[in-house]
Amino acid sequence: MVLALQSYTGFARFNAEGAIANVVVLSITRELAPVLAGLMVAGRIGAAMAAEIGTMRVTEQIDALSTLSTNPFNYLVVPRIISGTIALPFLVIVADVIGVMGGYLVSVYKLGFNPTIYLQKTWEFVQPIDIISGLVKASFFGFLISLLGCYHGYNSDGGAQGVGRATTNAVVGASILILAANYILTEVFFSNIQ
Amino acid sequence: MTQQVPKISIKNIKKSFGSKTVLNGLNLDLFAGESLVVIGGSGTGKSVMLKNILGLLEPDSGSIEVDGSEVVGINSKEREKTLSKIGMLFQNAALFDSLTVWENVAFPLVQGKKASKETAKVAAFEKLKAVGLTEEVAELYPVEISGGMRKRVGLARAIVTEPEILFFDEPTTGLDPIMGDIINDLIVSCVKTLGATALSITHDMASAFKIADRIAMLYQGKIIWLGNAKDIRNSGNDYVEQFINGRANGPIKMEFRKI
Repeated sequence: MVLALQSYTGFARFNAEGAIANVVVLSITRELAPVLAGLMVAGRIGAAMAAEIGTMRVTEQIDALSTLSTNPFNYLVVPRIISGTIALPFLVIVADVIGVMGGYLVSVYKLGFNPTIYLQKTWEFVQPIDIISGLVKASFFGFLISLLGCYHGYNSDGGAQGVGRATTNAVVGASILILAANYILTEVFFSNIQ
Repeated sequence: MTQQVPKISIKNIKKSFGSKTVLNGLNLDLFAGESLVVIGGSGTGKSVMLKNILGLLEPDSGSIEVDGSEVVGINSKEREKTLSKIGMLFQNAALFDSLTVWENVAFPLVQGKKASKETAKVAAFEKLKAVGLTEEVAELYPVEISGGMRKRVGLARAIVTEPEILFFDEPTTGLDPIMGDIINDLIVSCVKTLGATALSITHDMASAFKIADRIAMLYQGKIIWLGNAKDIRNSGNDYVEQFINGRANGPIKMEFRKI
């Protein structure tokens, strides 16, 4: 919504208000939804994973797993990474829909655009690659978030303080990697097109 | 003890963390069917010794044999095979928070032995009964029960696969004397019923006397005394004397540093 408003004030300076629908849908599907959802999930799920596995580590539950003939890596880490990789794209689909809806509401009710034309423009302009690239990014971010959450939790030591440190490292590490990976993935997807 | 192959044979293992040497050439043989208790002060490497046998830590040098086969440096598949013979009761029981009590006990059967959930549940309830826990407790989560109960659940989990070898890491630490004695009795009866070989580490002498056939004293990374439990009162060893009588003064100087 902010995006629609900002683009409007910006575009109005050179009479390009008509491009708002395009800008909104492109920036949301390509960038904003995957990156923002990724950062939020890193803070929420990545931290939870690090805290949970870290607590299991310091209370010897991970040692207990190995003595019970269960590979703790296969039991704890692999399912989390798989689910993280699968789940984030679905969240991003939701974010895509809500983001475009928000842009639509602001444009139509505040800025007085024609609803039919706005939607039509959105549909016409958006390419499958825009959405797919966003979803691929999302699954890559989901992988990174769960990987870092598990890694820092798994290697935590030193009691409650160690778990706290693991959580912080997981969130900070995942956030930085998301931003860096985002650039690289964008480069991969869009350097050949245009 | 006759000349049989030891169930567990530890030969000259060394383990250091940074500049701190914890195990410094430790030798220990454990024979089938006996209950050996390793005593020693905090931070003398008792837990490290157990973790080396379990493969949770790798010794810097030396050899550990379980049933005559080397376990240092083996791959994870062989390790799983070895570990399936061993049941372990952790110091804080190390129950899985996310599972109920009976699921914890059934865990080694479901995950390790690939038993069905129903058969595992029956076996779990049976073992819980054996350690004196009721069916109401079985449905609770580990955070909802007391420390003594957690120890019992940990014990039930350790014996549910009916292993040949049982490890007890400070079974009575953090319990009141009565609960400690109950746990000791349970350990003795479990080891007897299973005919298992037991290796316990503790610094609680009451517990050691109760469950041990033989006692070994660990000090500065080595076994400095080893003998029958009943002989330890007359060990003639100053270190052992000081430890079992709990005197602050003597040849043992406590190092105030955690490993």
